[in-house]
Amino acid sequence: MAYEDMRQPIESGCPDGFQYMHPVMRKNFGLWKFHEHPKPGVLRHVAHSGDEIWTVKAGTQRILDVYSLRKLTEIGEKYGDGYVRFTIRSNIEYMVSDAAKVDPLITALTDAGFIVGGTGNSVAMISHTQGWLHCDIPGTDASGVVKAMMDELVDEFQNCNMPNRVHITTSCCQINCGGQGDIAINVQHTKPPRINHDLVANVCERPSVVARCPVAAIRPAMVNGKASLEVDEKKCICCGACFPPCPPMQINDPEHTKLAIWVGGNHSNARSKPTFQKLVASGIPNNPPRWPEATALVKRILKEYKEGAKDWERINDWIERIGWPRFFEVTGLPFTKYHIDNWRGARNSLNASTHIRF
Amino acid sequence: MAAKKMYDTPMLDELEKGPWPSFISGFKRLRDDHPDERINEMASSLLGQLEHSYETRKGYWKGGTVSVFGYGGGIIPRFSEVGDAFPASREFHTLRVQPPAGNYYTTDMLNQLGDSWEKHGSGLVTFHGQTGNIMFIGTTTNGTQHFFDEINEYGWDLGGAGPCVRTAMSCVGSARCEQSCANEHGIQRWLVNNFTDDVHRPALPYKFKFKVSGCPNDCVNAIERADFAVIGTWRDDMKVDQEEVKNFVKAKGREYVIDNVVTRCPTQALSLKDDDTLEVDNHNCVRCMHCLNVMNKALSPGDDRGITLLIGGKRTLKIGDLMGTVIVPFMKLESEEDYERLVEIAEETIDFFAENALEHERTGEMIERIGLVNFLEGIGIEVDPHMVNNPRQSSYVRTDGWDEEAEKWFARKAEEAAG
Repeated sequence: MAYEDMRQPIESGCPDGFQYMHPVMRKNFGLWKFHEHPKPGVLRHVAHSGDEIWTVKAGTQRILDVYSLRKLTEIGEKYGDGYVRFTIRSNIEYMVSDAAKVDPLITALTDAGFIVGGTGNSVAMISHTQGWLHCDIPGTDASGVVKAMMDELVDEFQNCNMPNRVHITTSCCQINCGGQGDIAINVQHTKPPRINHDLVANVCERPSVVARCPVAAIRPAMVNGKASLEVDEKKCICCGACFPPCPPMQINDPEHTKLAIWVGGNHSNARSKPTFQKLVASGIPNNPPRWPEATALVKRILKEYKEGAKDWERINDWIERIGWPRFFEVTGLPFTKYHIDNWRGARNSLNASTHIRF
Repeated sequence: MAAKKMYDTPMLDELEKGPWPSFISGFKRLRDDHPDERINEMASSLLGQLEHSYETRKGYWKGGTVSVFGYGGGIIPRFSEVGDAFPASREFHTLRVQPPAGNYYTTDMLNQLGDSWEKHGSGLVTFHGQTGNIMFIGTTTNGTQHFFDEINEYGWDLGGAGPCVRTAMSCVGSARCEQSCANEHGIQRWLVNNFTDDVHRPALPYKFKFKVSGCPNDCVNAIERADFAVIGTWRDDMKVDQEEVKNFVKAKGREYVIDNVVTRCPTQALSLKDDDTLEVDNHNCVRCMHCLNVMNKALSPGDDRGITLLIGGKRTLKIGDLMGTVIVPFMKLESEEDYERLVEIAEETIDFFAENALEHERTGEMIERIGLVNFLEGIGIEVDPHMVNNPRQSSYVRTDGWDEEAEKWFARKAEEAAG
């Protein structure tokens, strides 16, 4: 196509959400008084004006085919008011102003195979990444791990009877696009990259790759007469940071790419300041199609949390109160030398006191 | 046209079992039931490649360079490394499209987007990716242009991909939440739409993310994940409806309220009186939100609302996870001038980042490398004790400018007192 025939983009940026917002929400914008959680999957918000908006929340498969999308919109038109939103964990929320619409909406969603829940103190839908379906550097799949795990956690999604909400995340590499969670299931590589020296010079911008390494383990080298890169395998922490800018440095391995579980990430400022997640288990096999070992460990941690935590304690609050030794004791997970941090700032994670629980 | 190529998918078939909705069943509907053969072929091929990944435990997509006319980013290009075996999904690019602030949609608009996507893409879509974009997953290079041209005409624009200002995110906010202390959607659009050029034409050292939460519950994880985190808060007294407090105590009991509200306050700012009313030491309340979350009918944020701004949050690579740091403890966001001031701070920050960060270094990493004070001086913000957990512990610092700095502090305090 000739240049003059090309269409110039309209740089409109982020659209205004008001045009798609339920009229009751537009009317009462900034004027809400309180909310209630009448039952799992349902929220009732009441405005100072006395107006109400009811929300029905449902879990989806996140990677939606247009048939599933149309089913969701059809339900919204037939049983709702035609206004929806998606949460940051890819649940769909239907907003209706008439309480009488709530139960038919729940029935229609359930009949169509969607799972109503995810409100209050539930195990929320697992937020996840792209994985083998679409990412260029994944160590595992994302949608598949999450589907298999949510099949097992569906009761906790629907019942909302945990001590506080539980956010689970997954990530398919150590960049960790899945983010922080009360429980995170993330790829953990265990071997240095395998380098195809025939390709490095043509594919990789070598100084950038050298600069990308967090521990300065990569250096330029001539290998078999070709300009390439080499890795000091004693220094290498197997993070995979070199793989995106240099695909010939393959970090993923069918056997040695493992999964690790981290707990206690909490985004909220409620009670304590926000916290990052901490490593509790690693070496878990990356075992498609249903990753049973990872799911079993997540369920074990959830069981202990549910039994041991007080009302309103998130996982980090619970562990803060009972202490890490007790966490390893009740979950039966091994405490190893790999749990002791040696990255920058690690000293702050050491116990410099006699505060010890017996 | 010949019958579409089919692939056995014994491993993926396992993901059709169980109660949670199955994405694999969705792919198969596109493969088997969709009237368009192009979509049948693409879904079949994608299933074949994904099964191959499951069998070999490896990914087979490579990046590349694809964008639409006039832009330099917004597309995640994917070319298959095993395209000969799975030819119909050889090119399988994703378009990142910016959602409306707050992620609201009408069903009509979702249907319209679905119609356009069926015409030009695979029929697979995600609301939303981890940065916050609508992800239209799977089309050819030509398809990206045609699809974008079509949806751009009715109000949708691409988001960021690569080293650029990324698509922003805000919580449900004032539209439906009693805790909201800010106009999250307005803030999001004021900020990100001021930088459309930096969204569409990646030229920064690395990515830069805006996220907006209406209260310190921070439902969009802004402090942990955003370079520029805007959090709604208030600075006057929280509102206490003592009648509702009494109702709550009556319903739950004093023990529950003491154990779950009073003693959970991080600064011991609450006291349950003998007459079942609640006393709040507002001066020492740190706006953590816990008591408001538990007793949301009785307790609400105050009226003097504004935002706290934190800069430098990010995930792992390269130097490890960093939270955002308080840069502005409180500012009002009411007048147009207030909003302009926030945008100005964002502009100063991004300009400083563009000039001073190393390649592939996030804002938080740059601050870690040069020190917070250098960054503050760079963007013209004065130091404030709210920025630290505690003052310096190390005596290894040269302090021969002490008197001038102390003068500045007293001058600033005098100016504030004068109003």
